[in-house]
Amino acid sequence: MQKKKRNRIILEIFGLLLALLWLSPFYLMVVNAFKTKREIFSDVLGLPEEFTMENFVEAFYHLDFIHSLMNSLIISILGVGIIIIFSSMAGYALARNKSKLSGFIFFLFVGAMLIPFQSVMIPLVSLFGQADMLNSAGLIFMYLGFGSSLSIFLYHGAMNGISNSLDEAAYIDGANKFQVFWHIIFPLLKPISVTVGILNIIWIWNDFLLPSLVLKEESATIPLKMFFFFGQFTKQWHLALAGLTIAIIPVIIAYFFAQKQIIKGVSEGAVK
Amino acid sequence: MRNRDISFWIFLTPVLLGLGLVVIIPLLFGIYYSFTNWNGLTATEFLGFANYIDLFKDEEFRASLWFTIKFAVVSVILLNVLGLGLALLVTQGMKTSNFLRTIFFMPNLIGGLILGFIWQFIFVSAFSGIGDLLGIEALKGWLSDTETGFWGLVILNCWQWAGYIMIIYIAYLENIPKDLMEAAEIDGANSFQRFKNITFPLVAPAFTVSMFLTVSHSFKIYDQNLSLTGGGPFNSTQMVAMEIYKTAFNDNQMAFAQSKGIIFLILVATVALTQVYYNKKREVEM
Repeated sequence: MQKKKRNRIILEIFGLLLALLWLSPFYLMVVNAFKTKREIFSDVLGLPEEFTMENFVEAFYHLDFIHSLMNSLIISILGVGIIIIFSSMAGYALARNKSKLSGFIFFLFVGAMLIPFQSVMIPLVSLFGQADMLNSAGLIFMYLGFGSSLSIFLYHGAMNGISNSLDEAAYIDGANKFQVFWHIIFPLLKPISVTVGILNIIWIWNDFLLPSLVLKEESATIPLKMFFFFGQFTKQWHLALAGLTIAIIPVIIAYFFAQKQIIKGVSEGAVK
Repeated sequence: MRNRDISFWIFLTPVLLGLGLVVIIPLLFGIYYSFTNWNGLTATEFLGFANYIDLFKDEEFRASLWFTIKFAVVSVILLNVLGLGLALLVTQGMKTSNFLRTIFFMPNLIGGLILGFIWQFIFVSAFSGIGDLLGIEALKGWLSDTETGFWGLVILNCWQWAGYIMIIYIAYLENIPKDLMEAAEIDGANSFQRFKNITFPLVAPAFTVSMFLTVSHSFKIYDQNLSLTGGGPFNSTQMVAMEIYKTAFNDNQMAFAQSKGIIFLILVATVALTQVYYNKKREVEM
């Protein structure tokens, strides 16, 4: 017993040391964001001699942070919203129709998950450019196109657990297909909607390449703005690190409040 | 719902439009364009396989392909070892288990572009700081040659994704019945034997899932590549995704870049499908 207890303590200490190592990049980012340019050069590992907020003020200004935060929020929320609504509808329709055609459509969506972005990127940009759709609305629509595959797959799987007799009882009571879906099925799909929402928001919030091809600088999301900012202040680490810290704060806040749901959502999304 | 029901099609219209206009039509056009001299707007000449023959002669593309394959192989092995290791660590019933999971998963929530910039600072400034402190020359000048650039990318990739792979393994580890472990312990199996004979076979399905995810993710990496090394020095750490982007938007060779995109698709799909096939087969046998 004594030996077991000792092993446990060693394991706990090992775990904590590993966690510190894991967090060290964030530590280095934050402490150096408070230093002057010269101090970063002379002492990169220690705490700052005095904490200066100047870097943050300047980075906040150059990132046009409130504006880019708003752009990111609008695109992520609308993108995830339409993915949830339209994919759940499709998952329902495909799961309740057992025909060969329905199976083929489902297969098409699942198969599309294998297609890397780079093999459709150039014609996509050209096509949307000709239709004058290289803007936020076009971007949100593209997220529906790329995001619906995995989402439909997850909804389709969840539909297997919802009995057909529910639908039929409602039809007998005189409800039509849309009422059945919105009032009976969609509420039952809520747990999987949380998973779908979390997976898609992590992706869309952090996406860089697609917005960089589609958006102009005034409608830039946070990652895109960060890229421009970094190009502008290259080798000025005090400003760059302050900018990176600011860019990460919204994610850390969200993670702090919803870590259980996020980890559960990711786990379900991956395992199914 | 039946095929002739109008409601079936109404439910499907938005996603069919999305997939059709964003993925399928661009892909079909892309396949056609890759056989022409398309410049992004018009194609005037049908070239047959000329683009495909040229791309195999393209040194830069071949180098990026080779670099990507090396990166993917090393990443997949390390990520699965690390992910399983972390998962075993946080399922020992320690008080700090949940806290540790939260920490290990955290990097995965932040975008690859931002993480790449953070690590650029670490490799360039912090590493040389530590190198000065400890007198280790090897920690200086990271990212300035191909070798350290490669390992820089691997380290970043592992740090970002190990927590994610950990979560997949945890889901399977927690499904292993406790009494099975206890029975084995009573029968005198040591912890290594228990791991080899019980844990390992029972987490085999997790292997399928996480191999699939790590392979397809490691092949398609772009953001981290762009922000950490930018492909440098002299394009030697450039991966396929970035090489295709450059061919298209820096060199303006749209049809040529598109043919590379098609080869990339064939490669990614083949690797992913082969792997799922073999893993499924192995699972059944065990």
